[in-house]
Amino acid sequence: MSENVAGRAIDAVWRIESPRLIAGLTRLTRDVGVAEDLAQDALVAALEQWPASGVPANPGAWLMTIAKRRAIDRFRREDLGERKRDEFGRVELARQEAAPGFDASLDDDIGDDLLRLVFIACHPVLSRQARVALTLRLIGGLTTAEIARAFLASEATIAQRIVRAKRTLTEARVPFEMPRGADRAVRLGSVLEVLYLIFNEGYCATAGDDWLRPSLCEDALRMGRIVATLMPGEAEVHGLVALLEIQASRVHARIGQNGEPILLLDQDRSRWNRLLIRRGLEALDRAERLGGPLGPYALQAAIAACHARAIVPEDTDWVRIAALYDALLQAMPSPVVALNRAVAVGFAYGPAAGLEAVEELRSEKSLEGYYLLASVRGDLLARLGRGAEAAFEFRRAAAATANLRERTLLLDRARAAGDVDSAARRSTSS
Amino acid sequence: MRFMLLMIPGGYGDAPPGTMPDAAAVAEMMVYNEALGKAGVLLALDGLHPPSMGARVTFAGGKAAITDGPFSEAKEVVGGYWMVQVHSREEALEWAARCPAGEHDTIEVRQVMEFSDFPADVPSGGGIA
Repeated sequence: MSENVAGRAIDAVWRIESPRLIAGLTRLTRDVGVAEDLAQDALVAALEQWPASGVPANPGAWLMTIAKRRAIDRFRREDLGERKRDEFGRVELARQEAAPGFDASLDDDIGDDLLRLVFIACHPVLSRQARVALTLRLIGGLTTAEIARAFLASEATIAQRIVRAKRTLTEARVPFEMPRGADRAVRLGSVLEVLYLIFNEGYCATAGDDWLRPSLCEDALRMGRIVATLMPGEAEVHGLVALLEIQASRVHARIGQNGEPILLLDQDRSRWNRLLIRRGLEALDRAERLGGPLGPYALQAAIAACHARAIVPEDTDWVRIAALYDALLQAMPSPVVALNRAVAVGFAYGPAAGLEAVEELRSEKSLEGYYLLASVRGDLLARLGRGAEAAFEFRRAAAATANLRERTLLLDRARAAGDVDSAARRSTSS
Repeated sequence: MRFMLLMIPGGYGDAPPGTMPDAAAVAEMMVYNEALGKAGVLLALDGLHPPSMGARVTFAGGKAAITDGPFSEAKEVVGGYWMVQVHSREEALEWAARCPAGEHDTIEVRQVMEFSDFPADVPSGGGIA
């Protein structure tokens, strides 16, 4: 095996094995930082030995054995110092677990350990940025260099962020256990948020970007699917996975040849990935079958599913979408959601009803100067044949957006709406 | 990136209709499938009935002609597939290597074409959806 080929093979094994490895070692050492160091030691040993010996038949077990040996060495060294009795317990534990034949019986617990590790990496004691970096590192199996490239940051910045995050977790004495009670919902919310942030970072990548950026979508999906298999009873986890699968299905349709964004209703639907749509619909079905009111992610997935089910835009079930936005507005009140609801109402019940819903939002402080509000209003007015008012709104929207392409598009629409209006006036006066 | 792991079971080319893998092999394979699922990499999988239950459509002279299976000239035939989403070719190969396959089986690992693999002027929906 040539060194380079071996290196890439070891990378692949690391990506597959490192989350479970670090999870198991965290249970053993109760410290994510120490666990990752031990896992890294095992990786170094693999890099030294595998190019000559080849990848072992069970590389995960091999890495775990090496890491546990290092753990025992480490505990012994520390015991010689001033450590107390509870550390002694850890040595015993480490000795037992390093015994051969233990790994098979351990396998069922690995899933629980992995889930605990996910919850630790997404712990609210950490900043959002730190949660994202640590999750990609510990659960996604990405290297610091890969995370830095994906986030357009320097490697030193990301490395420091991860070191600080691990230190914070140690100092806060975050226990290696699943949160219970009211805490559980908050902590799960953070896990889902981190995965969604990672996905969106990839979704926002543009044509010229490093390929690692869009691949963040795949990383988020992979981790979301892992969490869904570990928490099959949590509807919102399936809801998030459904949302990500369906959004990912549109990746190749949402950007034009010149890098311009293409709106959902204008996308070439033959470019939507049917397999991901099917997976998304299945995940949504799992969320719905668990019963209870749908959470924000499942509701957004249900809305995305309405679009995914429509072969052509004309088939879109806007009445259902409007109803889902009603529910989403209850679950997650936000002016932007309300604006989206108004758009749906405009398609479901006609532009007059849509306009009525928009009017309610005009006093909304946070939407003041938001170009989409003016643009949506312009669109509804144009459909009502109120061209001059529509043109005014489109011009206002154009002035409010910083995006040059968007501005051109809006000014075109303003011109078209104005023309329609003057033509209509000419025909009524003649 | 996506890869198709194509399972080519030894001796499947002339397997009689209704041939099914034995229960022990299925049980082992289910553990493997579960591992792929738990790792979040599995997108889809299916098993295929033997060629003796299938047919071939050929296009000699530009005309479609149907021939029922089995096909005497075909020794290596696909018996099933896994579609996985992974970070690298090596990762796809590593997963293939972990399959509890029989000693006469082969897994062919092939990358799935993405829209981004095509030049920008390829018309949409070109049969690769």
